[in-house]
Amino acid sequence: MATKVSMEALSPTMEEGRLVKWLKNEGDAVKSGDVLAEVETDKAVMELVARGEGVLRKRLVNEGDAVPVGTLVGVIGSASEDITALLGGSAASSAAVSAPSVAPAVAPAAGTAAAAKTAAAPAAAPAAAPATTGGRTVASPLARRLASDAGVDLQRIAGSGPGGRVVKRDIEAAMTSQPTQSSANSTPARTGSDFTDIPLTQIRKTIARRLAESIGPIPTFYLTVEIDLSRAAEMRAAVAELGDEFKVSFNDIILKATATALSQHPEVNAHWLGDSIRQFNRVHLGMAVATDDGLIVPVIFDADQKRLSEISAESRSLAKRARERKLTPAEYTGSTCSVSNLGMMQIDQFTAIINPPECGILAIGAIEDKVVAEADGGFTVRKKVKITMSCDHRAIDGAVGARFLQTLRRMIENPLMLVY
Amino acid sequence: MASKKKSDPSGDATLHRELLHSMILQRRFEEKVAEAYALGKIGGFCHLYIGQEAVGTGVMSELRHDDYVITTYRDHGQALARGMSARSVMAELFGRIDGCSRGKGGSMHLFDRSVGFLGGHGIVGGHVPIATGVAFAIKYRGGDQCIVCFMGEAAVNNGAFHESLNMAGLWKLPVVYVIENNRYGMGTAMNRASSIAEMYKRGETYSIHSEEVDGQDVFAVREAMSAAVARARKNYEPTLLEIKTYRFMGHSMSDAVSGTYRSKAELEEYMKRDPINLLKAKMTADGTMRENLVAEIEQEIAATVQDSWDYADASPEPPIEALYEDVLVETTSDTTQEG
Amino acid sequence: MPIITYRDALNQALREEMHKDDRVFLMGEEVGVYNGAYKVSKGLLEEFGEMRVVDTPITELGFAGVGVGAAMVGLRPVVEFMTWNFALLAIDQVVNAAAKMLYMSGGQFPMPMVFRGPNGAALQLSAQHSQAWESWLAHIPGLKVVTPGTPYDAKGLLKSAIRDDNPVIVLEGEMLYNTKGEVPEEEYLIPLGKAELKREGSDCSIITSGKMVLVAMQAADTLAKEGIKIDVVDLRTIRPMDVEAITTSVKKTNRAVVLEEGWEICGIGAQVVDYIQRDCFDHLDAPVIRVHQADVPMPYAKMLERAAKPDLAKTIAAVKKVMYLEA
Repeated sequence: MATKVSMEALSPTMEEGRLVKWLKNEGDAVKSGDVLAEVETDKAVMELVARGEGVLRKRLVNEGDAVPVGTLVGVIGSASEDITALLGGSAASSAAVSAPSVAPAVAPAAGTAAAAKTAAAPAAAPAAAPATTGGRTVASPLARRLASDAGVDLQRIAGSGPGGRVVKRDIEAAMTSQPTQSSANSTPARTGSDFTDIPLTQIRKTIARRLAESIGPIPTFYLTVEIDLSRAAEMRAAVAELGDEFKVSFNDIILKATATALSQHPEVNAHWLGDSIRQFNRVHLGMAVATDDGLIVPVIFDADQKRLSEISAESRSLAKRARERKLTPAEYTGSTCSVSNLGMMQIDQFTAIINPPECGILAIGAIEDKVVAEADGGFTVRKKVKITMSCDHRAIDGAVGARFLQTLRRMIENPLMLVY
Repeated sequence: MASKKKSDPSGDATLHRELLHSMILQRRFEEKVAEAYALGKIGGFCHLYIGQEAVGTGVMSELRHDDYVITTYRDHGQALARGMSARSVMAELFGRIDGCSRGKGGSMHLFDRSVGFLGGHGIVGGHVPIATGVAFAIKYRGGDQCIVCFMGEAAVNNGAFHESLNMAGLWKLPVVYVIENNRYGMGTAMNRASSIAEMYKRGETYSIHSEEVDGQDVFAVREAMSAAVARARKNYEPTLLEIKTYRFMGHSMSDAVSGTYRSKAELEEYMKRDPINLLKAKMTADGTMRENLVAEIEQEIAATVQDSWDYADASPEPPIEALYEDVLVETTSDTTQEG
Repeated sequence: MPIITYRDALNQALREEMHKDDRVFLMGEEVGVYNGAYKVSKGLLEEFGEMRVVDTPITELGFAGVGVGAAMVGLRPVVEFMTWNFALLAIDQVVNAAAKMLYMSGGQFPMPMVFRGPNGAALQLSAQHSQAWESWLAHIPGLKVVTPGTPYDAKGLLKSAIRDDNPVIVLEGEMLYNTKGEVPEEEYLIPLGKAELKREGSDCSIITSGKMVLVAMQAADTLAKEGIKIDVVDLRTIRPMDVEAITTSVKKTNRAVVLEEGWEICGIGAQVVDYIQRDCFDHLDAPVIRVHQADVPMPYAKMLERAAKPDLAKTIAAVKKVMYLEA
């Protein structure tokens, strides 16, 4: 049974994809899950994987060509089977191969769905573990929640319910028989909602409307603070002495401080939804990364819950993968507030553009040694950074933004607070 | 319309003027409604009363303010004849907040508590038991009001009608059942739907005083109503009036005026007995018509009707909060005590 | 506290409310001279006279409409259907008139009235006389629907229903009229729209109402002997439904059985299960199971009738299934 290979929607907004590179040749053996090609979406370079087994019989799109999502780009089948029917009824001549954007475009979306279903079948066919169907663990909703709360890995639990369903009693048994595992990287469990929606008051609606009329769709204002990095520098130096693995950058400290401050100021860690303001109870910090193709903003999820070392490692990894265009869509959507840093490019101070529906963004300038007057009349040199916050006035008033920056300043100027 | 008692109805110029005014108002209003419907200002089902005005006017002219009226979905003319303002009716047809039913009812469901107008109802025959219940309540309280229940001749074959008449006859209730026999239940001629031709005879089997009335002659309607209302007030006795009339329009705005079920020739024959023209002729004969009277009335009504349109057009649509309002009432003590 | 029958509790409610408010009257077939087909109205004709205890012809559509008309102009009728099966002839008045009058008049005409009568199956009355109408009536916006399961609830709910300014459907259990329970002498009301936790337990919720409350309580007793503790939620009012009572219980027990007298398809249980999946998804340890009448008209033969009805054994089996104690 031959399987169609279609251009898949590899990002939430993708409508067409450019086939950058074929990784399999016609005639190559292919297993389900093998990477067939690299595809450039509107955001990143992604992998197109095989959803069937056999031999890659046909490649219908040339490298470098862009085709709409759903277009047939190849066919997987056994070495001997007749695949002409799959090639749209027309003779599968080399003409069809060289003009891929015409013939496959005829294939309707329904055909794609059918192909996806067909492709899924072989994957499910091998006998799975009793508690899974198609790789999915079967568990009651309650069991899933209990397992998640307790940090228990559902996959390792044998279910006692019908068809191997993991149920409450199985989780309870697992928890009494083994101490709760706490992986080094797991973020602490939380209770309660991820966010709170605040309905707009009349005054808030009026402010929003009037200010928007005043300057464009997002009535932005800017608050700048100059923050002393002396103690942050001392801390960096002190931990660096302990070994390379403890090294952190100023940027890491600022990200950590920002995340912590945001967790204390949900009014800033918010989205403007038009008829309400969503204040988040979790901090997902976006960090703007310049790439050769332009700006992308990967996200450090639950940044306020992560240790400095974790933020340091994660920000580095995200930036690297962004520049390599290897980010998955899940990694660059969902931020609650963002930070942009042009300090390394010797920009003293700048204003960043808010990434809607977020309500604020921090612009980090260059770190500079500045001469500062001392209380006793003398002078000293201190490291300073200018941070400018862009605020959406519909959601954030001046004093609200200022209070947030006060907290941020206190955090950065007293970095020991970050360990509390 | 105020009810004016008179010794010689045909001699009362004021009364005649009021009757004529009421009937022309209904006619011009309905013509305006047709225009508004064509322009999409009014939606849904919309049934016009043109041709039947003498029934509404004649019946209402015999009622007191504290009496009750309940009717079918062909209710615009009767609402006006009962004294509801053209503004509140037109605004309701436009689906606006200032409509008599706050834009929730539309053409088929005009209500006005202040004049005892208990609604246009959309299920053929469904409101006849309700009228019977209102009559029961009047008697329960020992009052001397009555209720008029309008219905088409097609409702007379319906079980609700028979069940109601049986109870009204059995319990002696102050109700006047008015069959407006316009000869067609939508497109089905009466003789194709009823086993007997004389609808009023249905009442006799329930020991209810029943009679046939010429519905194009407003004075004939008044005379029959006057007696019926007296029976209700004095003795709690029900009456069934079969008032013969004719609709000059289609069943509703979405139906043809004539066609497979009735011929154009028949329509034209009936239109010779236009109730408004009959009244004018009667007034001329009685000497109650004066020069320019019709022109004055027409001018006044044209202004009223245009004003109702302007008012309806300017009235806002119901706010979205109204969607969930009026499904249930908050129960408070005595909210429903009839004043 | 006096122990009286469900029938007498209803009778007390009618009598008290008719004394309190002379706008209240009772009408229906055999309610007067015959003292009521099920003797709910016993003695009322004598006490209140024939204007307030009205024997009607057998014309459900007609007298239901008479009630609607009387309510429109300010009386507070209590319309008795000899059984709810006969009320189908009157359903136009209930659905098209009583439930909609307030809305289509833009709020001008409240309908302070009660439609009441026995509902559900008795014994060997076969197809036309053995039906539970909760879901039909609860489907209609503009109505309230109550289903008392005990004498105490019957009296308190009927009194509240009569005082309510909206049309209230009271579905009495035909098999409950002879059941007995404590009913205090002093006056009390039970608010419409409030469920009652009839028994508290931690292992599984049984959500039910009306006649099935008795079955649920028996099931709870039986299961208690095996150490299984049941939370019995008696909805008491089907519309508006006390969703919070349902979800509070299910969040506690993580398992639910919904027990109803009527048929499965689009039944009350389907609505209850919807509330549960919406609000308790992450609390469920098992799919919710419904117990209901077999999807057939009620048969006459004893054995078949028993097989068709929801009962104790089916309820216990359902509880064990959601607790993963039986397949």
